[in-house]
Amino acid sequence: MTSKKKETSPSICVKDLTRQYGALTAINKVNFSVKFGEVVGFLGPNGAGKSTTMRILSGIMSATSGSAWVGGICVAQNPHEVKRKVGYMPENNPLPVDMRVVEYLRFRARLKEVPRSKLNDCVQEAMETCDLARTARRKIIGTLSKGFRQRVGIADALLGDPEIIIMDEPTIGLDPHQIQGIRKLIDNLRGKHTVILSSHILPEIERSCDRVIIINRGRIVAAGSSHDLREEFLPGNRFSLIIEGTLSSVSSCLSKSGFDAAILESARLPNDKLELILRVEKGGAQSLRLIQVLSGHNTFTLHSLAPLEPTLEEIFLAATKRSWEETLENKPKISA
Amino acid sequence: MRHFFTLFKHELRMLLISPSTYIAAVLFLSLMGFIYWAILRGMVNTPSETLPTVQFFSVFWIPVLFVVPLLTMRSIAGERSSGTLDTLMTTPTSFVAVIISKFSGAYVFYMLLWILTLGFPLLTQKLYPHAAESGALLEYAPLAGSFLFLATSGILFISIGIFSSSVTRSQVVAGMLSFTTLFVVIIGGQQISNIADTGSGLSSLMLATVNYLQIFEHLDDFSRGIIDTRPFFYYSSTGLLLLGLSSLINEAKA
Repeated sequence: MTSKKKETSPSICVKDLTRQYGALTAINKVNFSVKFGEVVGFLGPNGAGKSTTMRILSGIMSATSGSAWVGGICVAQNPHEVKRKVGYMPENNPLPVDMRVVEYLRFRARLKEVPRSKLNDCVQEAMETCDLARTARRKIIGTLSKGFRQRVGIADALLGDPEIIIMDEPTIGLDPHQIQGIRKLIDNLRGKHTVILSSHILPEIERSCDRVIIINRGRIVAAGSSHDLREEFLPGNRFSLIIEGTLSSVSSCLSKSGFDAAILESARLPNDKLELILRVEKGGAQSLRLIQVLSGHNTFTLHSLAPLEPTLEEIFLAATKRSWEETLENKPKISA
Repeated sequence: MRHFFTLFKHELRMLLISPSTYIAAVLFLSLMGFIYWAILRGMVNTPSETLPTVQFFSVFWIPVLFVVPLLTMRSIAGERSSGTLDTLMTTPTSFVAVIISKFSGAYVFYMLLWILTLGFPLLTQKLYPHAAESGALLEYAPLAGSFLFLATSGILFISIGIFSSSVTRSQVVAGMLSFTTLFVVIIGGQQISNIADTGSGLSSLMLATVNYLQIFEHLDDFSRGIIDTRPFFYYSSTGLLLLGLSSLINEAKA
């Protein structure tokens, strides 16, 4: 595939992908596509179907129905060719504990059909990218820390310069410094490789990924950038207020001033002040107007007002909650 | 199959650095050394017409029952339980190449262990040159015949080990399954033959089949220099069938 064509056509295209384990449906009619050079994060609770989707995309597991195209190749028809285009780091990153890092990476590079003349350079480059070259080159994998083992797994996924890199929970069990290192690494891959990664650490996904796909009970419940997901699941502007007064006085003040606002939460603080979470529907510079309206009242005193940016965790909870509610609604009711 | 040599070299390396390989080798050589010594001692006390080499290889089944499970139980079951089989399958290699490389690695090591037993007659000849004058210790023909038998039967035995390792995740279960199957194959054939001899009325076809599966008979023939193609066919075809099944099982379990 020429580089221009590579950039315009989607790197990954999934249509109605379904995988069943006996009676259990792990993923059900999953549809999505990923452009070349994009970094996409897979989010979902345990058992949502993230790993199953990733395993199908990397060609090591077959789907029950539906189709997946990776790098322009149908996974079901040519899984071996797909494996040449994909660098996959499985969940828990299983590694042979008796081998040395450099020996293991050389063995993997040979299996990934890296030409003999480029083998040493390729291994060296992967080790340098993952910061293994100086510290852990000759170390036995079994003696490495969790962070270094993760790096070995990532270096393995990078071997042979694959078009697509799939990493299942690459930051699991890492300390903040190591997570930062992996974030930098993923930033370096942006634009050069298509990257799909799954994680439970939501801020990580938000920082590292261009787009997020939220999967729950085998179905995609939301997909898009963090901004798009905020608009869809937690629309409007949210504010945190601390006031001295009563809840009713604040709500009457807001309704009188013509604000389309709703008080989502209220909590009494130990110093007898009231903390409120307010949602205001869209429209212009809301913060300034709110300050003006709420500060000129006798019945309560405004102590602080701060805009609240919904975190990806809240979006994730809202999206999965909505999918649960939809599932319950669609369930046939059992007659008494 | 282009990855076979990479995987085969890796297998040999892993066998060389694995403690269970050395445990198997030490157990094997100690036991076989003891058996060889017992045979020589027995021959000193009661002279026998049978050559020590022939007597030595007639107890081949004793080490086979524990060495083959020890060498093969880890091969697929261990890799599957640790997850490294999954990692291996993320590369463009095939299950057939993986299975054949595992088989080849274990087979080469198995044959190496038997070749090391040549050290026993060599040592005896070195230490007791008068005993070797008769040429009974290192007679070429029975040695070649016995090694040919070990090489051919080894195909089946190692395949049984690889197959047992493919059907389970647990190395212990794989080892037990391999031991039981080897026991049935080696000893079971003889027992069926004993039943047939007592005249329980097996049909001629059944009798022919039972005789065909007589592993001890095969060894006897080989060590006397009778090279029959039927045992070759039996060991290699059954071995290939088991390796093919192992490959299919692994593919189905992926």
